[in-house]
Amino acid sequence: MMLDEINEIAQRQREKETGFRHRINVCIAAGCLSSRSDDIVAAFEEEIARRGLEKSCRVKGVGCLGLCAGGPLVAVEPAGILYRGVAADDVGEIVDALPGSPLARLHCPRETPFFQRQQKIVLENCGWIDPTAIEDYIAADGYQAMHTALTRMTPEEVTREVSRSGLRGRGGAGYPTGLKWSTVAKAESATKFVVCNADEGDPGAFMDRSVLESDPHRVIEGMVIAGWAVGASRGFIYLRAEYPLAVKRVKAAIAAAERSGLLGGSLFHTPFGFDIKVRLGAGAFVCGEETALIASIEGRLGRPRPRPPYPAEHGLWGAPTLINNVETFANIPPILRNGSGWFAGIGTEKSKGTKVFALAGRVRNTGLIEVPMGTTLRDIVYAIGGGIREDRTFKAAQTGGPSGGCIPEEHLDLPIDYDSLVEVGSIMGSGGMIIMDETACMVDVAKFFMGFCCAESCGACVPCRVGTTQLHRLLERITAGHGTAGDLARIEDLCDLVQNTSLCGLGQTAPNPVVSTLRYFRDEYEAHIQEGRCPAGACKLGQ
Amino acid sequence: MAHPPFDPRHAAHPTGSRPAPILTLKIDGQDVGARSGDTILTVARENDIHIPTLCHLEGLSTLGACRLCLVEVAGANRLLPACVTAVREGMAVTTRSERLQTYRRKLLELFFSERNHVCAVCVSNGHCELQDLADTLGMTHVRYDYLYPPAAIDASHPRFSVDHNRCILCLRCLRACEEIEGAHTWDVMGRGIDCRVITDLNQPWGESESCTGCGKCVQVCPTGALTEKGRAVAEMVKNKEFLPYLRIMRRRTF
Ligand SMILES: Cc1cc2nc3c(=O)[nH]c(=O)nc-3n(C[C@H](O)[C@H](O)[C@H](O)COP(=O)(O)O)c2cc1C
Ligand code: SF4
Ligand code: SF4
Ligand code: SF4
Ligand code: SF4
Ligand code: FES
Ligand code: FES
Repeated sequence: MMLDEINEIAQRQREKETGFRHRINVCIAAGCLSSRSDDIVAAFEEEIARRGLEKSCRVKGVGCLGLCAGGPLVAVEPAGILYRGVAADDVGEIVDALPGSPLARLHCPRETPFFQRQQKIVLENCGWIDPTAIEDYIAADGYQAMHTALTRMTPEEVTREVSRSGLRGRGGAGYPTGLKWSTVAKAESATKFVVCNADEGDPGAFMDRSVLESDPHRVIEGMVIAGWAVGASRGFIYLRAEYPLAVKRVKAAIAAAERSGLLGGSLFHTPFGFDIKVRLGAGAFVCGEETALIASIEGRLGRPRPRPPYPAEHGLWGAPTLINNVETFANIPPILRNGSGWFAGIGTEKSKGTKVFALAGRVRNTGLIEVPMGTTLRDIVYAIGGGIREDRTFKAAQTGGPSGGCIPEEHLDLPIDYDSLVEVGSIMGSGGMIIMDETACMVDVAKFFMGFCCAESCGACVPCRVGTTQLHRLLERITAGHGTAGDLARIEDLCDLVQNTSLCGLGQTAPNPVVSTLRYFRDEYEAHIQEGRCPAGACKLGQ
Repeated sequence: MAHPPFDPRHAAHPTGSRPAPILTLKIDGQDVGARSGDTILTVARENDIHIPTLCHLEGLSTLGACRLCLVEVAGANRLLPACVTAVREGMAVTTRSERLQTYRRKLLELFFSERNHVCAVCVSNGHCELQDLADTLGMTHVRYDYLYPPAAIDASHPRFSVDHNRCILCLRCLRACEEIEGAHTWDVMGRGIDCRVITDLNQPWGESESCTGCGKCVQVCPTGALTEKGRAVAEMVKNKEFLPYLRIMRRRTF
């Protein structure tokens, strides 16, 4: 493949698109597909054929449009009309309305803050391109960054560009991506690997899955660029088997890239080659931890080992290995296309770019959102999220999943970035965000996450294996009304032990939801223990 | 585990032939010398500084799982396991602060709360590393709930038996069987508190086709989980001579 061939494909695809008077984009990502959006695609095709509109009207399956809760979603372009809750029966009416004003019954206006307040970089192609067509990705400037990197930049220049962008890892800890790349680049070894962590085990999170289902080539492109930068010629995507659609789309995308010469030997006629294989995980949360992930790819038991040495030094089969998250890789092509300065201009001083969140819980608009770092929690909840359902009041936002914590109302105006979240006792994590109203019992919330951690503990080390179980029991006792005076001290003591002595990140962070709810909602714990009542009226004691 | 976990000693000596440079560091305020690639535990032991361990066994690959050997290293924001942490020039290590001793006692309490450890009726009473540690570290009582998950005893092997009530999941049996005997009879299954060591594919030990009956696992087991049959209470004494032997055999294989 050469640049002019890519440009030609892009040109042809764009002409094809603009040749249609109406383009009907139906979301075929997992959320909408589960409400049979594939039937809607078929119904549109049938209807258009029946009316003989094939020349002026095109139907296309696209990636997630964001407002998953309103699915199945259908967008009509170039008019920019969005329909929600579409069923196959509605297809006739939608086609009737094509030339005129939108069908009021299903119309979902795009002038709302939900769409206007977002800024899409990672999700820029989601809802626009067909994830199963490589030409669509190429028409959206795909593989341009890879061409630039491989033919016009040295590995050092690529790494420097990533460093200057200020990008930090989106998998949880927020480690500077450029720094990680340069560490692997500096490691001396003939063999190196690039691994994409697509395990995504946090309860409620689906950011990475959506990107892989909606725009898989972007992740492939990011990985090839990373391979060039660090000196690796082989990559693995570690993907959980519970994501069958993502697995299918990623595999198809890899095959398409190979056929087009965008993966494999001598890319763009350079001496550099890169190939990618998919490895399926059985869906154990701990396998997202990088040393467990490595063991799992090697075919061993997915259990963590102590670090250091870090994978950058001693990774897959002992070779230096770069591990990044899906969203991290997805940020790479736009950074190289638009320049590190552009990226560094978005976000806050120490957290650049945007963050994708899976917005869930008691807000009106749940779904997949992408906002610049530094957006306030209030903006996310009230503007983008549309406020709390049933006009209730906001109580807390849980971020960071089982490693994170709860942010109370007093911090609603907090500009969200890696460091501000840590300051208030939570973390960014991978991007799950659960909004709670006054009906949520915070002891119950803490118990839920502790239950998750003790079920997912790999069992290797005693503080996590037994400590989380003991913590879960104590919390269970409190919500059942059997808490005793010394329990809070016991809980705090155990949290400290588990945090400080566990082997891997799972145990080290498992107490966080407990610590943060104790910090902000201690009175609720006390009400359960001393007065035998649940102030929120939510857990067993409330009824 | 088909491959032993990372062992810093081997990583530091890929060829095993180059003379290792000598480093100096401080352990508990004492200046000590070490070879590059040594672990904190090795150096401490060479200098008669005692760091408690349970999962570690000289001659086997390292695991870093029991967390009893955690030490403080100046400049590191986490506690580090001495058994897997390689020494560095100028490192300052503390092995027995009040904080560490308290954590160690609490970790032991968690071990005791996990399964059924009624020493008075245990064949290993008086000859048990877990019990010894509780004694030396001054762990006198358990402040956590006893979990007592239902755990079986498998006495199907003609000479040995495994009592899961006494198992602390140190995986010394697994590593000895795999790395020294080469049989790989032991494995682990289950997550969290349901974690168990198993023989073959969770078949009775007596029906195992891979077990050679060598008894290595029994000798390296720190507790009364793996025992020889026919021992009454307090009669199961593990053969301590066995451990240096393992070390020699291990050296020969590398
Ligand atoms: C228990 C545990 C689970 C994790 N799960 C994931 C995951 O599902 N996806 C992910 O990208 N990172 C996960 N991580 C973080 C990874 O270990 C690693 O830090 C990350 O993939 C690095 O990529 P980044 O620098 O691009 O964020 C997990 C960490 C822990 C301790
Ligand atoms: S902290 Fe938990 S998950 Fe991590 S190694 Fe220990 S037991 Fe396994
Ligand atoms: S294994 Fe050790 S600690 Fe457990 S009951 Fe037997 S002697 Fe006591
Ligand atoms: S007796 Fe020997 S072969 Fe059998 S399980 Fe124990 S160590 Fe392995
Ligand atoms: S049986 Fe013994 S050696 Fe094996 S894991 Fe349990 S306590 Fe350790
Ligand atoms: S899955 Fe269709 S809008 Fe998200
Ligand atoms: S001896 Fe170091 S962790 Fe067990």
